[in-house]
Amino acid sequence: MKTDSAWKAISTWFGGGSIIWTLLGLALLLLVDAVWVKDFFTLEWRDGHLYGTPVDILHQGSKVMLLALGMTLVIATGGVDLSVGSLMAVAGAIAAWALTAGGMSAASALPLALLVTTLIGSLSGLLVAVLGVQPIVATLVVMVAGRGIAMLVTGGQILTLQDPTLRFIGGGYFLGLPFTVTLVVALLALTLFLTRRTAFGLFIEATGDNETASRFCGVPVRLVKVLVYAFSGFCAALAGIVATGNIHAADSARVGEMMELDAIFAVVVGGTALTGGRFHLLGSLLGALLIQTLTTTMYNLGVPPTVAPVPKAVVIVLVCLLQSPVFQARLRTWKKAKTPEVTA
Amino acid sequence: MSDSDPALLSLRGIDKSFPGVKALQDVALRLRAGEVHALMGENGAGKSTLIKVLTGLYPRDAGSMRLAGQEISPASPRQAEALGISTVYQEVNLIPALSVAENICLGREPVKWGCIQWHQVRQRAVKALQRLGLQLDVTARLDTLPLALQQMVAIARALEIDAKVLVLDEPTSSLDEGEVEALFSLLRRLRGEGLGILLVTHFLDQVYAISDRITVLRNGRLVGEFLTAELPRLKLIGQMLGREPDAGQAAAAPSTDLTQVSRPVILETKAAGFRGGIQQLDLSLRAGQITGLAGLLGSGRTETARMLFGIDPATTGSIEIDGVAVPLDSPKAAIARGLAFCSEDRKREGIIPHLSVRENLILAMQAGRGPWKKAPLAQQTELAQRYIATLGIKTPSPETPIRNLSGGNQQKVLLARWLVMQPRLLILDEPTRGIDVGARAEIDRLIAQLSADGMAVLLISSELEEIVANSQSVTVLRDRRAVGHLQGSTISVAEIMKWIAHSGEEAA
Amino acid sequence: MRLLRRQHIPLLATVGMLIVLFSVASALYPGFASLRVVANLFSDNAFLGIVAVGMTFVILSGGIDLSVGAVLAFTTILIASLVGAGWHPLLAISVALVLGSGFGAAMGWLIHRFILPPFLVTLAGMFFARGMAFLVQAQSAVVSHPFYDALGDLRLQIGPKAYLPITALLFLLVVLVGIVIARRSRFGRAVYAIGGAEASALMMGLPVGRTKVRVYALSGFCASLGGVAATLYMGSGNPAMGSGLELDAIAAVVIGGTLLTGGVGSVFGTLAGVLIFGTIQSALVFDGRLNSWWLRIVIASLLLAFILLQKALARSASAHP
Repeated sequence: MKTDSAWKAISTWFGGGSIIWTLLGLALLLLVDAVWVKDFFTLEWRDGHLYGTPVDILHQGSKVMLLALGMTLVIATGGVDLSVGSLMAVAGAIAAWALTAGGMSAASALPLALLVTTLIGSLSGLLVAVLGVQPIVATLVVMVAGRGIAMLVTGGQILTLQDPTLRFIGGGYFLGLPFTVTLVVALLALTLFLTRRTAFGLFIEATGDNETASRFCGVPVRLVKVLVYAFSGFCAALAGIVATGNIHAADSARVGEMMELDAIFAVVVGGTALTGGRFHLLGSLLGALLIQTLTTTMYNLGVPPTVAPVPKAVVIVLVCLLQSPVFQARLRTWKKAKTPEVTA
Repeated sequence: MSDSDPALLSLRGIDKSFPGVKALQDVALRLRAGEVHALMGENGAGKSTLIKVLTGLYPRDAGSMRLAGQEISPASPRQAEALGISTVYQEVNLIPALSVAENICLGREPVKWGCIQWHQVRQRAVKALQRLGLQLDVTARLDTLPLALQQMVAIARALEIDAKVLVLDEPTSSLDEGEVEALFSLLRRLRGEGLGILLVTHFLDQVYAISDRITVLRNGRLVGEFLTAELPRLKLIGQMLGREPDAGQAAAAPSTDLTQVSRPVILETKAAGFRGGIQQLDLSLRAGQITGLAGLLGSGRTETARMLFGIDPATTGSIEIDGVAVPLDSPKAAIARGLAFCSEDRKREGIIPHLSVRENLILAMQAGRGPWKKAPLAQQTELAQRYIATLGIKTPSPETPIRNLSGGNQQKVLLARWLVMQPRLLILDEPTRGIDVGARAEIDRLIAQLSADGMAVLLISSELEEIVANSQSVTVLRDRRAVGHLQGSTISVAEIMKWIAHSGEEAA
Repeated sequence: MRLLRRQHIPLLATVGMLIVLFSVASALYPGFASLRVVANLFSDNAFLGIVAVGMTFVILSGGIDLSVGAVLAFTTILIASLVGAGWHPLLAISVALVLGSGFGAAMGWLIHRFILPPFLVTLAGMFFARGMAFLVQAQSAVVSHPFYDALGDLRLQIGPKAYLPITALLFLLVVLVGIVIARRSRFGRAVYAIGGAEASALMMGLPVGRTKVRVYALSGFCASLGGVAATLYMGSGNPAMGSGLELDAIAAVVIGGTLLTGGVGSVFGTLAGVLIFGTIQSALVFDGRLNSWWLRIVIASLLLAFILLQKALARSASAHP
């Protein structure tokens, strides 16, 4: 009884019933890795750093995890943010420009990049909340414009960067683990603080679950919407800085390409419904981890990375089907039709 | 026409259930050729369900349907149309962005080599409109026409096929008087052509102006079929509401406290209204008094509540709080002035389904405090537990999602949501709809208690007993206007029904 | 009958914009106002245009199709590798078109049958088709077949040194057929009706489900046909081709005056939208000083302007019924 309620608490914390599927999926992947991939779980402590495939997965998956935190809140209001991939490029480009042509130090260049990107991100929020544009459309506009802005800032070139701070953010080690892990934990803590220590979390969930009723209660629905898109922009900026640090360069054309899809995927797999309402930050991180494990596993199995999208697509459709009320109803009638046969 | 004549359309023993609800039980309907037949009933009577069964949107569970002696079972609106049953729905069900001609012919356009012959489409549309005595530019986009003409276009579409039965679901709810008259003269003409017309409407005057027979439904059952000429208004209302008009005195009004009149007015509307909702409303709501708002469905009850709460702000007249005119242009503004509103549509406008009882209960309060000053969890739980105890809300825990609760308990949570705010005026729209008898009594007792504590309450209900039993003052609405004000001992079901029934001239 | 109606404003704005843009570019850059440049507008944007016509129907129906770029890429590499394996090009093209349409229909079925959000299903479709493209062949491959070369060399002279190649002709043909389908077929009108008011369309007895599935099938067909055009244009197939094409196509459709919420718009408008896209691109090439990335920003601004124009029109329409 006690373990039962404890399990319930844990599972709601992560994302209700659907989290079991995510965990199962992850376990299945890890099993595949354990059997077929040599030395998958081997961790090694060298020069005060931890090395190994699981550590790599955490490091590689950090960008999607950062994006997924912001995306979770947007999706919880019933929206979606397609612009995060482009915004990553914007943040990288601005940071690179400020560090090189702008001659700034990292201490001022990085905050500048964060600020500008957040502002651009909140533009979609304004379009959605004030003008009533559909979220897909509004963020599509920002997505198209963002990539262009990023390319303009870097002049279409790949800017190589030698800044030690940036390199540390993208590839440094902290407490024996890649610094990106710390960054994800810090952003998670910030997001949890902002949503659970204030009433924003409640307002976001109420808005996504029943916008009309929320408005009738006096919930500032518009403000909530603007803020979640701004926050998603902020998360994208962080991910963009990490990506730029990863490769020691701002590559405006490629950075963050298709990342928005991975982020949406992570959120949906993590148990937050696309229709909005209850959100699960830890579930989203788990979802991001699942994607990265999938990618890494396939890489280790020799599947070319370009083919990796195929299983991703299959998983997305399956998850959507499982969440679809129509599909659930069908499944139930199918089961019902099946049971009498079995018992008879 | 004698009753032995075979009816054009006859429905017998129709049953229809939805999960948890018996929407229709053993309902019958006989529609004769060349008559206008009114289908009447209050909310939940089953009118819409019956029409949807008739037009093939819902399959029936049991019963038979005969059209001109042939057994029929339409499985879709398209099949019903092919059989000769055409329907014009309440909200104009056409495509606003397409042309008039296209709306009339959509889905059955004349085609040659797979190509639509537009000139034929236009010709057919012009002809269909001519039948109604209309001349319109059929190439104009539908949404450039006023609503009344859109309605006519919908009828033209319905008649463009060889219709034998025309079903009109509340065709007049958005029309003004002149437009209604034009529609009726058209209906008379069509009746003359031998069509059977089934008309659903809430407006009594209109029923008496146009219909030959009336079928009344109540709670999914047939009450009876009547000749309009032989059914007095008062009796009709009695049939719809399920009570005899003269039995009204049984429910005695609560004794009037003579000091009540001197109680301060909290909110007063002066000729307030908005288009399509309520017109020229004068209403005073006093502290410590329950004011009932009575009227049939569609009389402007809910619209009044929405106007006061700033959802559909008043566009004419003014609303004063404590004698000062205030702009109530959003729910937020209304809440800030001490108003609270429990909507009749619990599911769409009340509950936040996946959130817990606690979260639902403190949402309005938290919205008032703003996002930064989050009420501590301990305080939230304490509030939730206090209201769960005082209102007797049956829930496994404050953390249960509200959608898992029964309707009555959901309603109590929504009441508690506003009680936490200690509002000065509480607007309750159908607070006991869909709630079992026990919970109903509790909610009524609670309302009385709140009023005794000095709160002003505006009680909207389609059940006159509820109004009579609870209110110290009653305003009666008809056709989106206030037609009568009752005070104290003059309040009775019979009196209210009289006001609802009488046409404007008689009442004056 | 009034000649100028409110609903024509977005289309007029589009055509006006095209004329203004072309005039400004002609004034700024010598040699811009030539038949050759115009012909190139059609041939350079042929596959975008073909894809955009399919997208027009999807958007008119109130949906969206993000898979088109990937389906196009899949088609190009499939044709290249089938022809490489000795198939006759016509057979390879037929197979590709059937696969593309079938893929679209499958997505449409999922969207309709299980009420899934179109953007998510077609997003998965994009992943799937892109991955399959790389699975067919990971590197770009030349399509070499005498028939194919002959087909690719077909062109129509429209003036001195100005030719419309087969791709441009294909584009124009698709636009014409698209206009006929949209204007004169029951299917086309049902698409408008569903996008305008789906519940009403259902009540009016229109075949909503069938139409939706067909819309996505049509978009899949156009995406594959765009792939055919691309192989003819470049003489090769490439699994990485057309990434971001879906966005350009959506942008062209919206700039062409089609409402993103569905129900209002035209295939002709999409043609104008594609030409605006092409004109800006050509002007940037002619200029040489401006970074080509301005294209993205200009397109995004146009997109925003048109969305705001549509919002404003919708608002003023509801204020004065």
